[in-house]
Amino acid sequence: MSEISEVHEPEVFVVADNILSPIGSTTAENFSNLKQRNSALKQHLIPEIAEQPFFASLFEGNEYFLENNVQNYTKFEQLLITSICDALKDSGINSDDKNTVLIISTTKGNISLLETEKNTDALKKRVALTTSAKLVADHFGFITQPVIVSNACISGVLGIITGMRLLRSGQYKNAVIAGAEVISNFILSGFESFQALSPETCLPFDKLHKGLNLGEGAGTIVLSTNKKYKQNIKVKGGSVSNDANHISGPSRTGKELAYAIKTAMKDSDVVNGEIDFISAHGTATVYNDEMEANAIILAGLKKTPLNSLKGYYGHTLGAAGLIECIVSLQSLKEGLVLPTLGFKEMCAVNAINVCSSLLPVNSNNFIKTASGFGGCNTAVVFGK
Amino acid sequence: MPLKKYITSSCFIHNGIVIKDGIKIFENPDVDISAFLLSIYQYFKFNYPKFYKMDNLSKLGWLTTETLLTNTNLTGNYQPEDTGIILANASSSLDNDIKYFNTIKDVPSPSLFVYTLPNIVIGEICIRNNFKGEHALFIQDFFDVGFIVKQVSYLLNKNILQACICGWVEVLGQDYKAVLYLVEKKKGKKPLLFSKKNAERIFNDFDSVRLLI
Repeated sequence: MSEISEVHEPEVFVVADNILSPIGSTTAENFSNLKQRNSALKQHLIPEIAEQPFFASLFEGNEYFLENNVQNYTKFEQLLITSICDALKDSGINSDDKNTVLIISTTKGNISLLETEKNTDALKKRVALTTSAKLVADHFGFITQPVIVSNACISGVLGIITGMRLLRSGQYKNAVIAGAEVISNFILSGFESFQALSPETCLPFDKLHKGLNLGEGAGTIVLSTNKKYKQNIKVKGGSVSNDANHISGPSRTGKELAYAIKTAMKDSDVVNGEIDFISAHGTATVYNDEMEANAIILAGLKKTPLNSLKGYYGHTLGAAGLIECIVSLQSLKEGLVLPTLGFKEMCAVNAINVCSSLLPVNSNNFIKTASGFGGCNTAVVFGK
Repeated sequence: MPLKKYITSSCFIHNGIVIKDGIKIFENPDVDISAFLLSIYQYFKFNYPKFYKMDNLSKLGWLTTETLLTNTNLTGNYQPEDTGIILANASSSLDNDIKYFNTIKDVPSPSLFVYTLPNIVIGEICIRNNFKGEHALFIQDFFDVGFIVKQVSYLLNKNILQACICGWVEVLGQDYKAVLYLVEKKKGKKPLLFSKKNAERIFNDFDSVRLLI
């Protein structure tokens, strides 16, 4: 009965990546800004999005738009296309290969079209994520069926885990995983109605944390089982769990996220001491930060250096897991854990090791966590 | 050799009928979706006050799961982390997104906003049954049976899960369809191999009318 678990699975290597954000259109540009503590968060007054001024990380101007948008791609699709294009460039991975799969992660995709277009059947079709996925897949000539993951704020990490498993099980040899999010009145008003937005730039894990900031952006990561990439960093393992507690509030104990962290480490064949840093979800809402701190302690990672990148990018929802994994991959390569912008003093009674200044580390592995509405939690391990 | 997995229960809700394990157990055609979903809840005497606050997608997924799990004992047989849920649909949460959007001009409704994510239906099912295992929500134009069978098989083969509820839960306006399968490693009373062909047959055989999506 257990023979299948004995079957050798191929290793999954990271081939290329891209971050497209208001502070950079490549991973290198982004990381260089992050090292200088440059945040994309600022106050905006955009009547189409909110009546009152708000803090967020938003694209301004048309820097992310394609030069020739003859296909009439939406902003969401253009973000995906621009990010994938940079990641695939010089990667050696062909999009038109039957062994290459495209995975798209997002929470709300083209939902902003509801705000500007008339509610018709044609609009419903245009808003559908399958329409965007097909447009993006066709743009690059993918011949396999795109996979779309929409699982709240764990969508980005879940996209990576889905890709890793599709590769491990031999269904594909390469995976291009891209996530994007566009902030509009729909999303902002919803988080505002939940009183989840911070009136200033967010303060992850800080005792004065008051809520989150929203952010726009895209991230793409290209994975392969091809042994020619065996010197590269690997996706070592991942796991997903559910709180089974509340649809909009996290677990009271953090046990379920702790389970995902422990299971991801087991899947990766790494033990606590081998995790050199944690890229946390750290949205800066009181509920999230406390649950997450509990989970990290329960998972035995209390002393492991940890950061949240929400003080740089805000919460980019379905793209967050991808963007934050890619930043952390860069941290792994350069041996530098980034500080948690906005953090001064620990919020929870039980302290975890939140980085507040640039920390040089000799690092081999990191774990990325995420949690979201619907009680979802996930963790993924990358390492050398 | 991959280990065998079985569909130990199935439930189909579409166009005013409820079918469990191939047998029609409830019918209420010619009413709108809200009335139909409520009539299932009342007919089977479910008692779960949270049902009333759910959006139609969560109501449909919840009712299909309740019916699917009748006469099963998942919580007795498995640890909470051993049961997972893998679902797909075409319209994400657009049905409720439009309802939420219509409140923005007035007072944005947090109780509608929380349902503007397609995976909330998974959260509702997990809360009801204390399922804490792997889960995922995929968006597909049409139910990609082969993809779902491979995803679920992998999770069971690798012992990531011991049991999995999987299938399709779709709502947009008055159009709806849910087909869920309970997949386990043990045979159950009427063993039906968990294969693309068998899952497809359950999904399509009961299609008395043209697919609405």
